[in-house]
Amino acid sequence: MESFSLILAIVVITALAFDFTNGFHDTANAMATTISTGALKPKVAVAMSAVLNLVGAFLSVEVANTISKGLVDESGIRPEVIFAALVGAILWNLLTWLVGLPSSSSHALMGGLIGATVASAGFGAVHGGALITKVLIPAIAAPLVAGIAALFATRLTYSLGKKSDGRAAEKGHRVGQIASAGLVSLAHGTNDAQKTMGIITLALITGGALAPGSNPPVWVIVSAGLAIAIGTYLGGWRIIRTMGKGLTDLQPQQGFAAQTSAATAILASSHLGFSLSTTHVVSGSVMGAGLGRKGGVVRWSTATRMFVAWGLTLPAAALVGAGAEAVTRLGSWGTAAVAVFLVASSAAIWKISRREVVDHTNVNDTHADGTPADGAEEPAGVITQAMAAVTPPPASPVAGDLTVTIPAQASAPAPAATPPAAAV
Amino acid sequence: MNIDWAALGSVFGVSLGASVGLVALFTLGIAGLSRRERAVAQGSGGGALAVTGAYACFAACAAAVAYGIYLIVA
Repeated sequence: MESFSLILAIVVITALAFDFTNGFHDTANAMATTISTGALKPKVAVAMSAVLNLVGAFLSVEVANTISKGLVDESGIRPEVIFAALVGAILWNLLTWLVGLPSSSSHALMGGLIGATVASAGFGAVHGGALITKVLIPAIAAPLVAGIAALFATRLTYSLGKKSDGRAAEKGHRVGQIASAGLVSLAHGTNDAQKTMGIITLALITGGALAPGSNPPVWVIVSAGLAIAIGTYLGGWRIIRTMGKGLTDLQPQQGFAAQTSAATAILASSHLGFSLSTTHVVSGSVMGAGLGRKGGVVRWSTATRMFVAWGLTLPAAALVGAGAEAVTRLGSWGTAAVAVFLVASSAAIWKISRREVVDHTNVNDTHADGTPADGAEEPAGVITQAMAAVTPPPASPVAGDLTVTIPAQASAPAPAATPPAAAV
Repeated sequence: MNIDWAALGSVFGVSLGASVGLVALFTLGIAGLSRRERAVAQGSGGGALAVTGAYACFAACAAAVAYGIYLIVA
């Protein structure tokens, strides 16, 4: 570690920052259903998820290098390229968090990496086939697989459990949900914390601080595990609200069916070698559970916004990554400019988020998606949608912001990233 | 580019089978417990079989969870 240069230090810190955003972005995957059905108190749920993420980070020493291997040609990667990729991924994670949409952190990271690599080494360095098989197909397959499984599981649990009521049933569904949510958290820790470890290790190797082929050093494992755990504990309450309340109204049976299907789909996919994004799986299973209950409604307006965000994740992160890479190539001060830009825009996003604070106290309030608490059982999504459209922004800020922000997102990060370049 | 349809298909099959199976087992377990609850409330017997069945179901679910943890760790 003698040649631990400044750029390497910046890359490591940025990677840990990404790990942190990854943690709070994905808390929803494990805990949204448990929180919205009341199986666990919000704070308890995120604390449990954080601990399991931390444990998961230490469970396996096999680095999940899928992101850094295969997708792009590693020979063209400088630490600056990884830095630029992380900038793209972090900004996209923060933006989607701001509007409360679940989107895949892995896709954001891959997008950033692709963009930065293209800017650095040209289109030839990206393997188009790998892009389709590793990103596009899983993104379409995940919600279908988990959704269909959750749909049938929900149907079944309602028909088998018709006569189950009372304390025993209530407690049973709670325990079942907690167990499956715990599995998802643990799997998340092993996957996503490992990704960051892989990125940091890759940066250390490209920067010459580690010999090629080294395992991640202990301090990398510890810091990556802690970063994701802290992020998880702070909780992406906005996304939890969308996932737990915005997509559909979940009863305990549905929450249980959804979370169990998600856990099995995640484990089956990671074990059988067809990696599926946790976010996509859980969103799909929540919608499937919504459709599986008689009279259950999926709010397709929210779902559509989410699908749009999924589609934009990769290109948007890639654009920012490419822009950031172009600026870092201008020299050390270019890198500094990107770092300043990252900190400034993160601060700005945080500032905007304070206008409408979502935390553990109001995560289960349903007004965010335009549905008042007493209107939740109304027959049609039409009414709630109309209300969302009519209600003035202060009353339904998330719904109001969403429509505005989504179209803007594709372009917003890119121009924002270019001014430093233009200023040269 | 070749899409690994076999892997995708088996992920689909396993996810569907495992989730539906697990949820069914668990729901049966819960049904057994609430039947006992009712039996106790009414003061009539006949809860023993339901409870035994319920715990068998829960044990199977616990085994599945343990296998899941094993998959994560391995």
